[in-house]
Amino acid sequence: MAKRVASTKLWPRAEIGKAAWVECAEALGRGEGELFALFAEVDRVHMALRGAGDEATRIVTMKVEDGRYPSVGVHHAPAIRLERAIRDLFGHEPQALPDERCWLDHGKWTITMPLAEKRRLAREVLDTGYAFLPAEGEGLHEIPVGPVHAGIIEPGHFRFTANGEIVVRLEERLGYVHKGIERLMAGAPLEQAAKLIGRLSGDSTVAYAYAFARAAEAALGVSVPARATYLRALMAELERVANHLGDFGAICNDASFAMMHAHCGMLREEVLQAADLAFGHRLMRDGVVPGGVAMNLKPEGEARLRALVATIARHFPELVTIYDDTPSLQDRMVTTGIVTAELARRFAPGGYVGRACGRAFDARRDLAYPPYDELQFDVPLLQEGDVNARVWIRIREIEQSLALIAQILDRLPGGAIKASLVSAAEEREAAAVVEGFRGDIFVWLKLAADGTVARCHPRDPSWFQWPLLEAAVEGNIVADFPLCNKSFNCSYSGHDL
Amino acid sequence: MSARLEKLLLQALVEKPATIAGPASGDKAAQELAKTLQDAARRLLGRALSIREVDAGSCNGCELEIHALNNPVYDLERFGLKFVASPRHADVLLVTGPVTANMKTALERTYHATPEPKWVVALGDCACTGGLFKGSYACIGAVENVVPVDLHIPGCPPRPVEILSGLVALIEAASRSGGARR
Repeated sequence: MAKRVASTKLWPRAEIGKAAWVECAEALGRGEGELFALFAEVDRVHMALRGAGDEATRIVTMKVEDGRYPSVGVHHAPAIRLERAIRDLFGHEPQALPDERCWLDHGKWTITMPLAEKRRLAREVLDTGYAFLPAEGEGLHEIPVGPVHAGIIEPGHFRFTANGEIVVRLEERLGYVHKGIERLMAGAPLEQAAKLIGRLSGDSTVAYAYAFARAAEAALGVSVPARATYLRALMAELERVANHLGDFGAICNDASFAMMHAHCGMLREEVLQAADLAFGHRLMRDGVVPGGVAMNLKPEGEARLRALVATIARHFPELVTIYDDTPSLQDRMVTTGIVTAELARRFAPGGYVGRACGRAFDARRDLAYPPYDELQFDVPLLQEGDVNARVWIRIREIEQSLALIAQILDRLPGGAIKASLVSAAEEREAAAVVEGFRGDIFVWLKLAADGTVARCHPRDPSWFQWPLLEAAVEGNIVADFPLCNKSFNCSYSGHDL
Repeated sequence: MSARLEKLLLQALVEKPATIAGPASGDKAAQELAKTLQDAARRLLGRALSIREVDAGSCNGCELEIHALNNPVYDLERFGLKFVASPRHADVLLVTGPVTANMKTALERTYHATPEPKWVVALGDCACTGGLFKGSYACIGAVENVVPVDLHIPGCPPRPVEILSGLVALIEAASRSGGARR
């Protein structure tokens, strides 16, 4: 019997029993619906789901019994790493989970189970080794890479098993940049928590702050001034364009086409300088705050942003034509690193990873939050699932975002940019989703009666993309891994928390 | 070669450079800065410093701006500074992040793999002080808690121009001390 305990329009939450929890997990395993998030509190585990057919979103909750709950991962593989993370952070044991290895905990923290009510020292974490999954066969060799990589990128470890040039298996080991953000957020005032979440993944600082703010506002029942919603979307689209431009150039660079990298780098720089002029920060960090936005669009900002749209619209199509006309690029991109539609259905990856292989989901459209419910835009979709398709999704999204920026500037309402937040004098909770450049960011937030954060769980889109990278690279040559990796551009920091 | 590509390459020959009018041309202070850097670098190591970047727990914001140094607008390499793939090729470690416990060993190993003389730059508020992550069970905090630091470049993240002028300051300090710091 489900007990409905909290209700926001999009994310009603119900407490369910063990049997119903297992039913949900089995349904996911059968491909009915999608797992959106899986997270815990000291005494409970929560699953955020997107239903099959009706596509309704909801959260189900189960009380943890004797520190255990039935594993979802045993039925539905995308949950496995999330359950390993929950075990590391809370100590809740996912019963029958086949993978007993730690995930975020590398045996280096000052405490174990940092989010548990009573921090136990029950589980011994050994630093001496991490058992990578074996691959057997004649002529196989291992290539360990990282955590410190050759380029200027985030740290993580990749263990390749190769047969000559061909990758037989890739296994990722992540968690190197775990900063303990969820614990730092617990007990923090809203403003402090907003700053922390804005530093969860630097390339998505706007999107994270945006999702957190929407969750806080939904929890407190605050409506945000119209101008603030438009300014948020403006920042979010600038962030998307900047990141997609950077990725487009960097992917080509990994195919030794440095010229594209240089041109995209210049366009990206134009975006960051325009953002700086318009909002006072190149990455627009701390621009979105609970209640609205922290800074108004500067008077000279609007003209600069319109000029930016014109500049990119002038130069970008030329780059796209070159991309499409250059055989050496096409040779590297097309049919490389394919994600199958079947895997996309199971893992429900957000962003360009999903939309390049037939998963038609974009939170801006499908969970229409303001101001996107008033704006016109297309959500590009491809089926091929290769590096080339992920590049093309980005190209089309840059075009769409430029059009969105122009629309936002045309329609920008006047008035206040921030509503005041009053704590509810009771416990409140809410969830929110925002479409970041990488995919949908989910934030679940519980506020204490005094308005401080009781629990916040931000789920990065990378959780459901990283595992697919392992699948995509299989059977490709080792030299194409950077290309595949860059076309995914998963977050380490956002995932590691 | 496609006609488009040809056109774009030809354009590059006749159009003015994308590189900012700062260090390369015009701006006097920046020009001075570029000159100081060249002289100091030459005295120290001939004409170049090789930098190995180490993300020790950053949110990736600092990395985005470090990347920008390589774009044609800032064009780091014109100063004789370049990023290298291995600490064994490096003179400078550019470290970001509040040094997570899980990255401490990797940072230490990277430091020890870098040959003398070497310098360490802590880039960004997290690397300088631990930032907002100070006191977390999962973070060691400032980079200087783990390896000796020669220069701090604060900011969240610092702008590319600030990073550049910080690196210039390092070269000046390094050349005054006559080379190897330790």
